[in-house]
Amino acid sequence: MTDVTPQTATDARLAEARRQTMGAARRRRWQLLSPALLIIGLFGLFPLTITLVYSFLSPGSYGGVRWEFSTDAYVQFLFDRDIFDDTLSFSATYLNIFARSIGLALGATIGSLIIGFPTAYFIASKPANQRNLWLFLITLPFWVNLLIRTYAILLIIRDEGIINLSLIWTGLIDQPIGILYTDTAIFIGLIYSYLPFMVLPLYASLEKLDFRLVEAAYDLYASRLQVLRHVIVPMAKPGIVAGCILVFIPALGAYITPDLLGGGKQLMIGNLIALQFGGSRNWPFGAAAALILMVVVMVSLTVYVRYSGKEGNGRG
Amino acid sequence: MTQKRTMAATLAAAVTLAGTAWGEGELNIYNWGNYTNPELIEKFEKEFDVKVNLDDYDSNEIMLAKVREGSSGYDIVVPSGYTVPIMIEQDLLAEVKPNEMENFGNVDPRWVDVYWDPGRNYTVPWLWGTTAFTVDTEVYDGDINTLALMFEPPQELSGRINMLNDMPEVINAALRYRGYERCNSNTDELRDVTELLMNAKQHWRTMDYATIEKLTSNDVDLSQTWNGAAMRAREQRPTLQYAYPKEGFAGWMDNAAVLKDAPNMENAKSFMNFMMAPENAALNSNFARYASGISGSEEFMIEELLDAPEIIIPEGAPEPDFVEPCAQEVTDLYNRIWTKLKQ
Amino acid sequence: MAERTPTQTPATVASPDPAAPPPRRRRRMKDLRKQPGFDTMAWFCLFCLYAPIAVLVVFSFNDNRSVVRWTEFSLRWYRAAFENDGIRHATWISLQVAFVAMVFATTFATMAALATTRVRAFKGQTLTYAVINQPLMVPEIVTAVSTLAFFVLIKQVTGLNGIGFLMLAHTVFCIPFAYMPIRARLEDMNLTLEQAAADLYGTPFQVFRTVTLPLMAPGIVAGAMLAFVVSLDDVIITLLVGGPGETTLPVYIFGQIRRGITPEINAVSTVLLGLSALLVSIFFLIGNKRK
Repeated sequence: MTDVTPQTATDARLAEARRQTMGAARRRRWQLLSPALLIIGLFGLFPLTITLVYSFLSPGSYGGVRWEFSTDAYVQFLFDRDIFDDTLSFSATYLNIFARSIGLALGATIGSLIIGFPTAYFIASKPANQRNLWLFLITLPFWVNLLIRTYAILLIIRDEGIINLSLIWTGLIDQPIGILYTDTAIFIGLIYSYLPFMVLPLYASLEKLDFRLVEAAYDLYASRLQVLRHVIVPMAKPGIVAGCILVFIPALGAYITPDLLGGGKQLMIGNLIALQFGGSRNWPFGAAAALILMVVVMVSLTVYVRYSGKEGNGRG
Repeated sequence: MTQKRTMAATLAAAVTLAGTAWGEGELNIYNWGNYTNPELIEKFEKEFDVKVNLDDYDSNEIMLAKVREGSSGYDIVVPSGYTVPIMIEQDLLAEVKPNEMENFGNVDPRWVDVYWDPGRNYTVPWLWGTTAFTVDTEVYDGDINTLALMFEPPQELSGRINMLNDMPEVINAALRYRGYERCNSNTDELRDVTELLMNAKQHWRTMDYATIEKLTSNDVDLSQTWNGAAMRAREQRPTLQYAYPKEGFAGWMDNAAVLKDAPNMENAKSFMNFMMAPENAALNSNFARYASGISGSEEFMIEELLDAPEIIIPEGAPEPDFVEPCAQEVTDLYNRIWTKLKQ
Repeated sequence: MAERTPTQTPATVASPDPAAPPPRRRRRMKDLRKQPGFDTMAWFCLFCLYAPIAVLVVFSFNDNRSVVRWTEFSLRWYRAAFENDGIRHATWISLQVAFVAMVFATTFATMAALATTRVRAFKGQTLTYAVINQPLMVPEIVTAVSTLAFFVLIKQVTGLNGIGFLMLAHTVFCIPFAYMPIRARLEDMNLTLEQAAADLYGTPFQVFRTVTLPLMAPGIVAGAMLAFVVSLDDVIITLLVGGPGETTLPVYIFGQIRRGITPEINAVSTVLLGLSALLVSIFFLIGNKRK
């Protein structure tokens, strides 16, 4: 898509040269890719294979797996072997947990985009020598461990926390609004945890924004909103795609934040899977749930990337 | 691509270089977080001239998962009672015969013939405690020694309760409340317990392991907790009182054990013996606020511990219930109850 | 080249900030850059990011043992943290691992981004994306359990051990985090400049060093920062993969949950924040002076 189509004589000559060096280019490409692919292939795909294998085995006593083929893990996901009479019936328990987690992750992604886009734009429009400093300011809070940051948020939103106290002090409310241990708290926590994952990629693509284009658009009597929609956002598309992926996926698997801020009364996918490898001692089911999660993520990513790609083409 | 080759070489070097000296003069301990007195470590280092590495885990399952694979590099681990038989069965522990060691005579006879290691061929007591709950007596002034406060709470405690985010502890407490056996697979009884838990959940504010923070921040007025944590919380919120429910409560003991593939076997054995000396066991008690199971350690304990209501079980309270690990079928049933409860 | 707009000449790509336009025009430009509400939102974002940090710093000076209740000012937790070998060691290990993981992950990600963007669609492209982003997709605990199994195998076969394994594991999951911003940067950036440089007989290496690399720099910086914080925050994988003496700060903190987190952690966090702020200010000052 981003390839250069020969248009001018120079381009044609270049294209000719490129054709000749295609072989060399291919070699170079794989050379450049090999460290990343090798290391992930070895240390990423191998574990994935183990997961796949585990998901078709039987749970070992006290954790681990027994080498006996079984599809129970997958059956268990959709059907409940009744606790009491051992009949199989459709059960939405795990689907509910998945739906809830996806909803929260999606909300967190949209929330971070709404907060992160203006922030990234703000940084990108600063003078060049200041931008790295601003970037650093965004990432600095993340030098503090997630758990500790989450505790700090907890201090702010609790019933006797700063928000409630100041609202009561100003007389806006007379009873504390209960934010802590609700979905709202999880939502706030997730956005806070993953905001830089949105801002940094957005910044990386907004930074190359040519403000002359913006100016040209104004010269053509575009409104600010139109400039935003038709000039700035399209230019930032790769950053938006990258940012949304980097927020959505980790948010989907998060469980420290939801547990601490949400009160831990409801499971998220992340807890569900971790629990299987821990106290529940059902590794195959944990592996199966992880694979199902991956499939969900892959499918939604493909749809998302294809959709956003199509829109890009349509405009051009 | 020389660049790539340099990179690979550096990475390889980093891996090799890190072949840090595990060998003579070291001891690698893998224990629960915030559970080992640094003074104890220093003392051992000085006495035996070894360097001790201490790492933390947060659950028996994580420790087990890591140790089971082998080559973990650790010498000493500290599994809870119910994890010990699993580790022995899976051939992970070395039979170091603490019962033939010099200091074994100090072990309180009560802790010698325990279900997880009869006669103590593998393990020595680390610390032991109970799991019940603690409640603010200013908020609720009735009789606190009943599990009803957690499962069918009075008005003033409703919505002010934290439960441990722990499947066996919560389900076992519910089984006790109803007077059923632990590790139960009786479907009628489990159905009843499921219903009880589902109804009780609306009264709970949170389910979290961080009980001290929950209590001291006034987020809740009652929390299921361990006795040592209850003591820590009481130090900051004096109106808290630890309950000894008449329906029963859980007991547990963590035990030091030596791994079969321990790289520093001799040092590990010395450490096991070292831990059975009263003055050393007391160092741990003072740090973690739990009793040690070593006779004579009281002499070296700080005063707060000696008369702490969290440590001294009152007359007339039931015996702490040390639950054996449940069979996988039962755990599967528990799992489903738990997932149902938390969906 | 459908998306390429006619105005995007090589010159504009090279200098997004047109060099010193006349003052009056500049004033207008500045206004044009603004979008209504964006500045407010950005400041709001910064405020939200720093409010919990401010609370944390304040609480690090709290005399109380609790991390959630204020009593009075004291430096006792700084002293305690400084005397606590466990915390000091864990912090040091954390920084080492994060730094090594950042360097390797960013390098590999940059190479991969160069190979996968601005090229003709090639065979296996989709698969390549999938592989590079794979560490993102697998829940941490699953990666942790299976990586542990794999590492133990390697350790037993080769007899190697040590912190290199932990660094390797961190490098793997940091790669996608570094790759995404770099790729976002490179995508849609045309090859005109490089072609021009090549036309002027620049060797491929010269072209890369003087043209491509500076163009990519913002993406690389963003990617490296992400990789660093992601590594600094990891708990589960480190918990399972780390060997004796390789407890990182997050693992240390995680282990404390059941028995109560002490404000020493707040003190250490504050010191870390201060140190990093100091380091970066120095770099910033040096960088500006050179200019």
